[in-house]
Amino acid sequence: MASIWRYLLAGLGLTALLAGILAVVYLMAPQWGQPTGPDVSRSKASENGLFVASFQPEAGAVRQGELETWLLTLKTKAGAPVEGAAIAISGGMPQHDHGLPTSPQATDYLGEGQYRIEGVKFTMSGWWQLHFAISATAGSDTVVFNVVL
Amino acid sequence: MRRPARLLALVAVTLLAGCGKPQFSDAEKKTVASLALSNLPALKTDTTNRFADLPAAAALGSTLFFDLSMSRDGTVSCSTCHKIDRQFQDDLPQAVGVGRTNRRTMPLAGVARDPWFFWDGRRDSLWAQALTPLENPLEQAGNRAAYAHYIKARFGERYERIFGPLPDLSSIPANASPLGNDAEQAAWKAMSGAQRDAVNRVFANIGKAIAAFERSIEPQPTRFDRFAVDLVTGAKPRPEDAFSPQEIQGLKLFIGKANCVTCHNGPRFTDNSFHNTGVPPVKDLPPDRGRIDAVAQVEADPFNCLSAYRDGDASACGELRFMVRDAPQLVRAYKTPSLRGAADRPPYMHAGQFSSLDEVVAHYAKASPSVEGVSEVHPLDLSDRERAALVAFLKTLSEQAGQ
Repeated sequence: MASIWRYLLAGLGLTALLAGILAVVYLMAPQWGQPTGPDVSRSKASENGLFVASFQPEAGAVRQGELETWLLTLKTKAGAPVEGAAIAISGGMPQHDHGLPTSPQATDYLGEGQYRIEGVKFTMSGWWQLHFAISATAGSDTVVFNVVL
Repeated sequence: MRRPARLLALVAVTLLAGCGKPQFSDAEKKTVASLALSNLPALKTDTTNRFADLPAAAALGSTLFFDLSMSRDGTVSCSTCHKIDRQFQDDLPQAVGVGRTNRRTMPLAGVARDPWFFWDGRRDSLWAQALTPLENPLEQAGNRAAYAHYIKARFGERYERIFGPLPDLSSIPANASPLGNDAEQAAWKAMSGAQRDAVNRVFANIGKAIAAFERSIEPQPTRFDRFAVDLVTGAKPRPEDAFSPQEIQGLKLFIGKANCVTCHNGPRFTDNSFHNTGVPPVKDLPPDRGRIDAVAQVEADPFNCLSAYRDGDASACGELRFMVRDAPQLVRAYKTPSLRGAADRPPYMHAGQFSSLDEVVAHYAKASPSVEGVSEVHPLDLSDRERAALVAFLKTLSEQAGQ
């Protein structure tokens, strides 16, 4: 008899503990259960599907507060490199209503559809957006990359 | 009956211990660590100033920094406003040199790490910055020809050991500058291009020596830094380093609900950028539009990074090449100041608008709209207790760390 009570109580106690822990975890992590963040993929099709763009930091990793060079690679749908594209860059932080702290520019064409984008700087943590307006012989299109720091 | 009661008590104690002890989540700990001075990288070489790390240049710069003769009337030096025993600032709402300026003197700890100088970033290197007050009629009010003559007469040998031979100044007028009074401007115009270049080169080297000295002025560890290291390593803080519950609350607000860390980030508590935060103008001062008006000034500066007076190659000029030139966000935008030592140096903001940290916190909580342009600050619901906690936390950035 005594042992059954003990098991029952232990089970009850463990259940209560588990409920308690879950409650604490839930309370301490309010961001859980909210919609997932922006799409941070580094490679994607442009808005109207004219290009496939990929955007990578030249140094591999993103460093907050540093002036950085990134590489934008543009291919057609068929996978051919896009040469001679005119690229205009803008962006900002959608949650803070402000633009970029610098004016990044495409400064060089490196071949194979790859463009050097200089002057990229993320001064604070959070959600950043970079808009690329791309104009090439195939036509004009835009692509937006999200960077979350 | 006794057993369930005991078990319930055990569960309660476990839960309470879970709630009461770890005040910082892993994400918060990561943010706190990012603010610690131990996270400050080594000072980078300034390739635009090849004398930046030369001890003799720093020594000459130090002499010049404190030299009252580096002014029109022999009464003002860099150290008049950048006081060595006051964090290299002057406690005044607006700096007073030969006359009263329209801006608050900035402290100098870590200044060599800034990409932009002055509250509005109208200079892009520490050495170009150092030249500006020398000729500002409200600050040192001198002129570059007079400075060149003075350097030759007073420090000629020291100068030449560092920078090489001084130019022949015998045919250079005693007073001449493109920025001086009418007579000085006329004298400058009458000089040949080679003469102007010779004077500009000596003048630029004065700035490079002063910058070499200023590179040694670095932030010192505070109680916060000790706390941050203990928090991240899990070490038990010594009693004198432990934060009070109020200071902990303030730190959590700073990196959380109050959003301070959005701009005041990294080990220097600044993003080195410019923001309109709705700080009101001062009534009797001339109109001040902040960063938007500084863009043209830094582009026109004959000593900027793209000028002939830069050492090294133009790859160091990224900040200038890729600066934002025209955007609504630049209107009445001012540099995010470091908060290290801020509690000990009221008044606050670019023209000393607020006399206490309580006023600063109240300003950010209220988030009044800007008189021009758009403030980036949004209203915050902070209780009196929360405001006091933020101020208590800011004070931990002023207290020296225990030995």
